[in-house]
Amino acid sequence: MTRLHVQLAAMAAVVCLALAPLVLSPFSITLMNYIGIYSLVAIGLALLTGVGGIVSFGQAAFVGIAAYATAWVSALNGYSPWLGLLFGVALTCCVAAILGVVTLRLQGHFLSLSTVAWGLAIGFLFGNVEGLGRFNGISSIPPISIGSFALVSSAQIYFLIWGIVATVLLLGYNLLDSRLGRAMRALRGGNTLVESLGINAFRIKLVTFVIAAFLASLSGWLYAHMSRFISPGPFDAGMGIEYLMMSMVGGAGSLLGGVVGAAVVTLLKNSVQDYLPLIAKGASGQLEIVAFSALFILFLQWARQGIVPFVARHLPKIKRERPQPAPPLPRRPQPTPGELLLKVDGAERRFGGLVAVNNVSFEVRSGEILAVIGPNGAGKSTMFNCLTGALRVNKGEIVFAGRPITRDPQSRIAKAGVARTFQHVKLRPRMSLLENVMLGTYARTRTGLFAGAFRLNQHEEASTRHEAMMQLERVGLGEKPFELAGNLPLGNQRILEIARALAADPALLVLDEPAAGLRRQEKLRLAELLRSLRSDHLTILIVEHDMEFVMSLVDRIVVLDFGSKLCEGAPAAIRSDERVQEAYLGGVA
Amino acid sequence: MTSDIAAILGIDGIATGAVYALVAIGTVLIFTVTRVIFIPFGDIAAFTALTLAALDAKRFPGTGALVVILACLATLIEIISLLRSGELRLLPRALLFYLVLPLAVVGVAWLTMRADPPLAVRLVLALMLITPIAPLLDRIVFRPIADGTVLLLLTVSVALHFALVGLGLLFFGPEGVRTEPLTSFSTEFAGALVSGQTMLIVIAALVFSGLLYLFFDFTLVGKSLRATAVNRTGSRLMGIRPARAGTIAYLLGSLMAGVSGILIAPVNTVFYDSGFLIGLKAFVGAIVGGMTSYPGAAIGAVGVGILESFASFESSALKDVIVFSLLIPILIWRSLASLHSEEEIEE
Repeated sequence: MTRLHVQLAAMAAVVCLALAPLVLSPFSITLMNYIGIYSLVAIGLALLTGVGGIVSFGQAAFVGIAAYATAWVSALNGYSPWLGLLFGVALTCCVAAILGVVTLRLQGHFLSLSTVAWGLAIGFLFGNVEGLGRFNGISSIPPISIGSFALVSSAQIYFLIWGIVATVLLLGYNLLDSRLGRAMRALRGGNTLVESLGINAFRIKLVTFVIAAFLASLSGWLYAHMSRFISPGPFDAGMGIEYLMMSMVGGAGSLLGGVVGAAVVTLLKNSVQDYLPLIAKGASGQLEIVAFSALFILFLQWARQGIVPFVARHLPKIKRERPQPAPPLPRRPQPTPGELLLKVDGAERRFGGLVAVNNVSFEVRSGEILAVIGPNGAGKSTMFNCLTGALRVNKGEIVFAGRPITRDPQSRIAKAGVARTFQHVKLRPRMSLLENVMLGTYARTRTGLFAGAFRLNQHEEASTRHEAMMQLERVGLGEKPFELAGNLPLGNQRILEIARALAADPALLVLDEPAAGLRRQEKLRLAELLRSLRSDHLTILIVEHDMEFVMSLVDRIVVLDFGSKLCEGAPAAIRSDERVQEAYLGGVA
Repeated sequence: MTSDIAAILGIDGIATGAVYALVAIGTVLIFTVTRVIFIPFGDIAAFTALTLAALDAKRFPGTGALVVILACLATLIEIISLLRSGELRLLPRALLFYLVLPLAVVGVAWLTMRADPPLAVRLVLALMLITPIAPLLDRIVFRPIADGTVLLLLTVSVALHFALVGLGLLFFGPEGVRTEPLTSFSTEFAGALVSGQTMLIVIAALVFSGLLYLFFDFTLVGKSLRATAVNRTGSRLMGIRPARAGTIAYLLGSLMAGVSGILIAPVNTVFYDSGFLIGLKAFVGAIVGGMTSYPGAAIGAVGVGILESFASFESSALKDVIVFSLLIPILIWRSLASLHSEEEIEE
């Protein structure tokens, strides 16, 4: 299957949708309209929950804010529904931005619980605010009109709804395939990974959150002007979970899954409403929610992946072309070899009463490979985390390329030119090798939200792809750039992390136990790669406890023991140092 | 607001808060042992009230049918999973726990009902009927995904709540109930009239919290539950079955929820869907305790009760908006206060 096939399939789908009103009954068209309206919310949730990993139970509240806003503007104050759109979208995005700023720093389930909280609070508000019709709602909302043509019947508004859905899908897929989209897809890897790439994780989360709210507001606007009447019911907590269900059934993380999920849930609900009264007379309303929740629970137990990813697995893979040569991305000025690059001065880090790093000082000069070694518990990893900004030192100073970075957050240190790898490999297993490496270029590139969604910056994208491909070839993984990173053996995953780090064009490469868990052959290959990087004048700092690996590779070694610096020097000197032998072997008899 | 009104509101708030506290403690118990944020505890509380009301009206409550259905389902699932793992020798045990015991409870309740029992017996019957529900739901709903992420479990839990609301309407009908007060005693305190019911609520909350404390600190089962809460794998290595610990936690939790349901029934009119708000408010309290501390959860829940009481005096329409809006600052405070390692989301 090629790209062309995908485009043809998409076009066929659009034609089918455009012709559908000719053959469908009015009732089916109305049903289709609901599917389209719910799809918008579900697509937003696919971005937020599936891609970004932020489970939100509160999207119905955003739909409600926009619906009430446009109803207030058009039905109660007599302005045009288009003004209602503007007001609704602006209000929803503002509320989302405020809620996002307040809550998006929360972790894990705390964040999801907060969505339950504001979802409920806003939901209760609709029914209780004077002037919004309380529980009776707002009726006689005018239809949307284009020029003098009013979209009154369901066949008329159909085209507007599905036009918006198709546009949203197109822009959404463009966005996911752009610089910002890749950053969103990295969010699930955790803050440490994202920040280490020079990406401000909080900002990306906020953008994703507001986009999802924006889509919900479009849905709310369409809903209000299609049904011409709103009440608090469709925006309550129950609907919030139904939206979540749609996006999960369709396949969390898949935008198309949002549409499929909305269709499946809506049609299912419709048929449940048709058939349940036959099974249990008079109790259908109650059984509906029971049947529905039960199906959802069964789904979560047995088929968490969702429909679209399941189908996609059985389709032939899309063949992609290897990236073409393109103008290179601008490089940062590299320090002159031999110059002082990193200076750690009296660093100290405590965890309560434990001093993990105690008054450690050392320097890294440009162009050398320096190893920080020590037995287990020597404070190597803590030192490493302080260098990369994952932890702050309690005392002392760290200067990188002449600038103090002691208090800088991770992403700023990464931007300054410190690229790192992880002891426990942090890759995005469902992204290709190429995309994983492209993540590394984030801090070197500019493309923003709109440029990404409308594909306005294809030059930079081509350069990015070319750069990533070059780095893959440099480390020897250039054969299958479209393989998924999760399919690689551990040794190659570590190499891939190095390629990602190299794509950031770093001045200093910091490797956290790169040889841990590798087999002998893999270690030899890794050492060879690091030597070749040194010959390209790259400065490398390795934290490692594999003596053999370190001794044959590095220029200088700093030995830590119980948090303090034991000694420092060339490998041969370290090897014969009695204190080091004692630390590692427990004393010389 | 005069000091008299403030005193009345305060006492009212403490009583409501004590009810929430019982549910909150149950929530914390379940969360620490199984990592499930069990939103439906509120429903369990509401169902207990409805069950008691039905018993008072000399009707056999819908709870019986619910337990029978859940027991059959759980047994079926248990048999299938035993067949799959080829451990049929465990079948009699499974039948005993998942089928015979719940059915026996319903049977006993049904037989006792015919003898027109006094209030105390009816209270016991209501609690007996309600306690099997949560453990059975655990077997049916949560056991197959016991190792999933907290978020998955939370999503399932929210869905389960909606299923229970539907079942509640089916089995109990749409009418609200208010049961007879358990006592008509009342006294004066700080210039305000305190009803015996209010005192009973507070005393019950204290007694049950105290019993739970004794259970955790002085019994082997309690200690095994705490061990499971700290580390599932570790406690499994020590011979503790997390599934069994989970069942015990659910039993205890629903007992607490049941007691709170009985206590609230004479004070507030309880509908089939009243549980959601009880559960969520208890849950706000549980979060104040960081989902891990029992005293923290109890204090938080009482705080929520008092806040709600004063908020409803200021604006009864917006009291729920106020309570839930307050959850956000609490969450932020908890998130900042708890230093936990980053939980990576599954692929």
